[in-house]
Amino acid sequence: MIEQQVGASTVFMLNYQALRGFFYRHRERTIALVLLAIALSAIASLAIITLFIFKEGLPIIVRMGLDRFLLSSDWYPLEGEFGIFPMIVGSLAVTAGAMVIGGTLGLSCAIVLIQFCPPRAVIFLKPCIELLAGIPSVVYGFIGVMFLVPLIRDYLGGPGLSVLASSVVLGVMILPTVTSISVDALQAVPPRYREGSIAIGATEWQTTHRVLLKAARSGIVAAIILGMGRAVGETMAVIMVAGNTLELPHSILDPVRTLTSNIALEMSYATGDHRKALFATGVILFVIVMFLNTIALTISRNRRSDKK
Amino acid sequence: MILSPTRAQYLAVTLMWTLALVTISALLFVILFILVRGLPHISWEFLSQSPRSMGREGGIFPMIIGTLLVTGLAVLIAAPIGVGTAIYLTEYTRESKLTAVIRFGADCLAGIPSIIYGLFGFVFFVITLGMGLSLISGALTLAIMVLPTIIRTSEEAIRAVPQTYRYVSYGLGSTRWQMVTQVVLRTALPGIGTGLVLSIGRSISETAAVMLTAGSALGIPKSLFDSSRTLALHFYTLSREGISMPNAYATASVLILAILVINVVAYWLMHQFTTRIA
Repeated sequence: MIEQQVGASTVFMLNYQALRGFFYRHRERTIALVLLAIALSAIASLAIITLFIFKEGLPIIVRMGLDRFLLSSDWYPLEGEFGIFPMIVGSLAVTAGAMVIGGTLGLSCAIVLIQFCPPRAVIFLKPCIELLAGIPSVVYGFIGVMFLVPLIRDYLGGPGLSVLASSVVLGVMILPTVTSISVDALQAVPPRYREGSIAIGATEWQTTHRVLLKAARSGIVAAIILGMGRAVGETMAVIMVAGNTLELPHSILDPVRTLTSNIALEMSYATGDHRKALFATGVILFVIVMFLNTIALTISRNRRSDKK
Repeated sequence: MILSPTRAQYLAVTLMWTLALVTISALLFVILFILVRGLPHISWEFLSQSPRSMGREGGIFPMIIGTLLVTGLAVLIAAPIGVGTAIYLTEYTRESKLTAVIRFGADCLAGIPSIIYGLFGFVFFVITLGMGLSLISGALTLAIMVLPTIIRTSEEAIRAVPQTYRYVSYGLGSTRWQMVTQVVLRTALPGIGTGLVLSIGRSISETAAVMLTAGSALGIPKSLFDSSRTLALHFYTLSREGISMPNAYATASVLILAILVINVVAYWLMHQFTTRIA
């Protein structure tokens, strides 16, 4: 009995020492392997997210048929009718509006920061725009409801909860994304382009829009597409200001429901096929966002390899 | 009518500055709109009491605890993974197909909307792994969500460490790991810290993903497997269901103040880092 115990612990000690010796000899290689495993976790997470969203959502799409799921306007969860056409239109409408507002403001901020702004003001402006990105989306939605929606209702008509309200709120929310990536793109333009343009007598504005913006065009496009991705995916702010009706909007003053708000609104009580249909909505959203991101990534990757 | 270049210059500069100032005023408006209405309602009682009658009265103490726990855990889980990935990408490998795949993964994760993270966390952590609507489900979901931010900022910080530091460390006979931990990481620490602080900010602001994974129980969580409501979700519920506007404004003020502090700290860390490198 005692002998056995001693034996076991000796074996354990030996093993332990052997193991320690092994690690000591191959320490660097072990560390490299562990780090590689850690580094793969990002791509593994992406894979597992894709897998689970599709696993839950695809069956409903297959059963309904992709065309009927995408193009039907009948969303009657209790009767098993799931058509998300109005939500796709809703998402596209608010995203387009957000692009106009966020793109204009964001790009202007980037140009001011790079071209027209004294360095001292940059120190103040840049953190402000970063702060804008940090404010919770629910706060934006709340201000939309308390301030913007009554304004639209009183002065432009309609219920106030509308495509327009969502576009403004989303526009402000995606502006920091557009600005920071455009700033990077503009900064990457070689200084000699700018110097050359100024040297041949162009004004600062001519230099900006004929030289800088042209040279940084692809980066700015990438910035705007990434902004679009954020706008399509934004949820809480949109729920609060979009009105969430299931009808097709006829003007920018009409309320809409987006893909994201459809999921967030109904997820709390959905069960069975209804829940699966919400995951299917998620699949469509996922595909749209991934498509936009891949375009933006490819553009910025090409830029980087062009430079080399 | 064709504008003369000087006049076009004048008009364009005016227009650009106007739009930039509109942006800044939007920011100031958002902050002041909330703080002016909310700050008067913040008191010690509000911060230290539990909510009564669904948040109509009482305070937000359990939500503060819930937010701190979910956020803290998320960053604690994501930090070693994110920093480890950054170390691997910068110090342990060359640019290859593999690093391209890893970067692609991180970039894609950064673009996924929070509601999709919510759906995933719900079906994976809450249901498949059986963790239920709980702090830990919420924290794990948020950890994946902030991972790309941490990877990106850590990688930039590590790359900014001058190459000479590495040569000196090798010259003194250190191994790669000693060089990484004692020279590179030590120098890059404030830069990495900026990323971590920004991820804390992102987790605090997050609502959609937390709603589907951490649930909305009003009590103080007693274990990691208890459901807990975060500040952002509490604010959303208060305002959306019109439970109590004064309390909604006050909760939003707490959120805004937290975000302000976080941004100042992140900015300060970044400043520390750039002066250290320069």
